[in-house]
Amino acid sequence: MSASITLARTPTVQYLLRIGDTCLIHAQRLSEWCGHAPILEEDIALANMALDLIGQARAVLTRAGQVEGHGYDEDQLASLRHERDFLNVTLVELPRGDFAFTVMRSAIMAAFFVRLWERLVDSVDPEMAGIAAKAVKESHYHWRHAGDWVIRLARGTDESKRRTVAALEAIWPYTGEIFDADAVDEAANALGIGPRWSELHPDWLTDLTELLAEAHLSLPAARAFRSTGKSGAHSEHLGYLLADMQYLQRAFPGGTW
Amino acid sequence: MSGIAGVSVGRCEQAWTALDGVLDPEVPVLSVRELGIVRDVVERGVGLEVVLTPTYSGCPATDVIEQGVREALESAGLGPVTIITRRAPAWTTDWISAAGREKLRAYGIAPPGPVRPDQLAPVRFHRPVSASTMVPCPRCASTRTERLSAFGSTACKALYRCLSCREPFEHVKPI
Repeated sequence: MSASITLARTPTVQYLLRIGDTCLIHAQRLSEWCGHAPILEEDIALANMALDLIGQARAVLTRAGQVEGHGYDEDQLASLRHERDFLNVTLVELPRGDFAFTVMRSAIMAAFFVRLWERLVDSVDPEMAGIAAKAVKESHYHWRHAGDWVIRLARGTDESKRRTVAALEAIWPYTGEIFDADAVDEAANALGIGPRWSELHPDWLTDLTELLAEAHLSLPAARAFRSTGKSGAHSEHLGYLLADMQYLQRAFPGGTW
Repeated sequence: MSGIAGVSVGRCEQAWTALDGVLDPEVPVLSVRELGIVRDVVERGVGLEVVLTPTYSGCPATDVIEQGVREALESAGLGPVTIITRRAPAWTTDWISAAGREKLRAYGIAPPGPVRPDQLAPVRFHRPVSASTMVPCPRCASTRTERLSAFGSTACKALYRCLSCREPFEHVKPI
């Protein structure tokens, strides 16, 4: 097996990698909590949400590999690509932070994924439509669970509120990137693969506004700052994450068990 | 099915019977048929094609189930077996058979109620618990139960406790 792979960057492949990589990297961050969460129930919950996301990533990356056409499978895509070839949104690669940061990020991402899967159910690609039909139910459950925690922490003690407000402030600037329109979105939309992510913004914002109101938190102002993970230019954190995640396949190429 | 196809119908029927013996590795009282994940069995040449619909995207039992289905059919002389994964329509707990639900309850796992149409509506937080979302205790049938954890030992379950008999129990989440 060769050391690293680079995929042909057609718009459809990039569109699918954005989805699959965002699921995968988010799952990797959530799974870091396994054995470390503040209470046992949440340890189980975070690992379960990571498991759902890994399942979604496996299916979407498998599809991306098929569409790309060089015969790469899900494992090769996850383990043998370099940092610049991952197209996840930057938000999901940020370090896991404290529990408040983790549940706030999960709520924000789950709200986005609910809206994305809802639309992908109508994809002209039957494989993506099938993946979405399953995943939308899972993302709903994540949204409900993470949202409940945002409310509980924000309306809890002074300390939990302080941490929740700090998490929202830290995360919010990274949400802009998710909904920025570009040529990849346009092409995927024109081909009927999936929606422009910019179209998902109004519903996502309505969901978030409702959640934050319930949590007695105010919606942060929009920022000019833009992260660029969707086009492969990542924060300094992704390289370290991949070094950890890809270690076994890099050290023992093609190893199986 | 016409009489001419009688032989083929026989092979598929044999396959369905053999699948009664393939149990879910994580809930080993429930067959894959009762779980509702075997969607179709079709004759393909000398062998069979079996259509499976996974329960959850990340369910780690999926590979074990495929292997179990393959082994059961091949040892019944019905191979070679091709497994097709069909994701849409997505699996729902509504596909668990009535017999399967009763087996779950007898095993100590509260079976899922019907999936409510409003389940995928926009989430309203802090909703009051309605009677239709109450989960009766699989041991004493009391409806005085509470959820301890939204997630459980497997992707498909949540953890509950009965306030009458005080026993903890698992519940297959309706999806």
